[in-house]
Amino acid sequence: MELVTLFIGAILINNFVLHYFLGICPFLGVSKKIDAALSMGVAVTFVMSITAVVSWAINHWILIPFGLDYLQIVSFILVIASLVQLVEMFIRKTSPPLYQAMGIYLPLITTNCAIMGLALLSALKNYDFAEAVVFGVGSGFGFTLAITLMAAIREQLELADVPKPFRGAAIALIIAGIMALAFFGFSGMIK
Amino acid sequence: MTNVLVPVLTMTILGLVFSLGLVLAYKKLVVEVDPRVEKINESLPQANCGACGYAGCRAFAEAIVAGKAAPERCPVGGAETVDRISSILGVKTGEVIKRVARLHCRGTNEAAPRRAEYLGLKTCYASHLMGGDKLCTYGCLGLSDCVRSCVFNAMYMGQDGLPVIIEENCTGCGKCVEACPRNLLELHPVSQNILVFCRSEDRGAVARKSCKNACIACGICSRACPDAIVIENNLAVITDHRKIPPEKIPEIEKCPTLAIGRLKKDNEG
Repeated sequence: MELVTLFIGAILINNFVLHYFLGICPFLGVSKKIDAALSMGVAVTFVMSITAVVSWAINHWILIPFGLDYLQIVSFILVIASLVQLVEMFIRKTSPPLYQAMGIYLPLITTNCAIMGLALLSALKNYDFAEAVVFGVGSGFGFTLAITLMAAIREQLELADVPKPFRGAAIALIIAGIMALAFFGFSGMIK
Repeated sequence: MTNVLVPVLTMTILGLVFSLGLVLAYKKLVVEVDPRVEKINESLPQANCGACGYAGCRAFAEAIVAGKAAPERCPVGGAETVDRISSILGVKTGEVIKRVARLHCRGTNEAAPRRAEYLGLKTCYASHLMGGDKLCTYGCLGLSDCVRSCVFNAMYMGQDGLPVIIEENCTGCGKCVEACPRNLLELHPVSQNILVFCRSEDRGAVARKSCKNACIACGICSRACPDAIVIENNLAVITDHRKIPPEKIPEIEKCPTLAIGRLKKDNEG
């Protein structure tokens, strides 16, 4: 039961984008089309899930036994960077159009603070293996949900008559803020 | 000593493990890149100006190799670049028409009276928002937005308050065209020597009051050359400069306000 709570909490309440405001860069950068946003979400979810597993393993089997907790950030960066490389190669091989659509934001998943935040948070909260995995997958879903919703709104927005000074990034940030407020409403769901 | 050794060794081993994983993955997932893309990319000007319609020179190179874009699309590189690209591709390409930016205003400080002194931000854009300081609301504001936008040193601000275009340096990238809030700059083929040097859509009397060199839509030019010049919204417009026969030029240049005429007088008879 606790795992379910953690899972839903990671998606809706502690949403990385809308609660912690991490990973805003791809959230704004790749949210112009639903297709690209969804695949970005999937890529991030993949990296997040594997990062959760691998970083947990490194943390618990290598860093803590050797008393090297201070190397968490460095080693997690290593994990994330390698995974992103892998994902990039994979997408480039399997779907060049998707690779084009994601552009610079794909390698930038490396510096996506949501993923780093995930690894560090789960280390900080001393999650056990199952919790870390659930937290990782849930956070990935949360990111996917947020970015897809954002893309859906922005697609509609293309047709709206936005005042000139607000067009582009400005209106996107305003929407992100309103979405964050809306997601705040979920915080009463779980104690 | 172990204090140092253990973390260093741990990170080294971790790094090695991950890199080994990546190497193995790379062997499986390697993507062959056409070597011509790299070669074409190298022969492009690397201005990344986007004038070709692609996101930078590399994207353009990929489009050329894919057969989606013609090498002539690059206005910056000119004929030389196209030659190099076509030799890489092993195909013949069409002729490149060099296009340069030209100013459609002769509202010099002397010709166009001012209605106010503008003390705001020294950019055309800001001045334009306020309506500008000239009586003519279509003319050049003279605050150098275009000159600043030019990355090829092809423009400078002349003494008379109008930008001067050095056509040898102009690559026709179109940055200045975008920079001008009053749309006074336009790209034309170098060969086109006849231009309308005005964009004022004011009626004749008003236009003349606002600027000595304004087009007053008298129609002398369009009567001389009805196929190529029309009057639209109180302004002479050249629809097709190739249809202007050379013998008609003196007639066109009877323009009472010199708002239409040859750009370079000495070149052609």
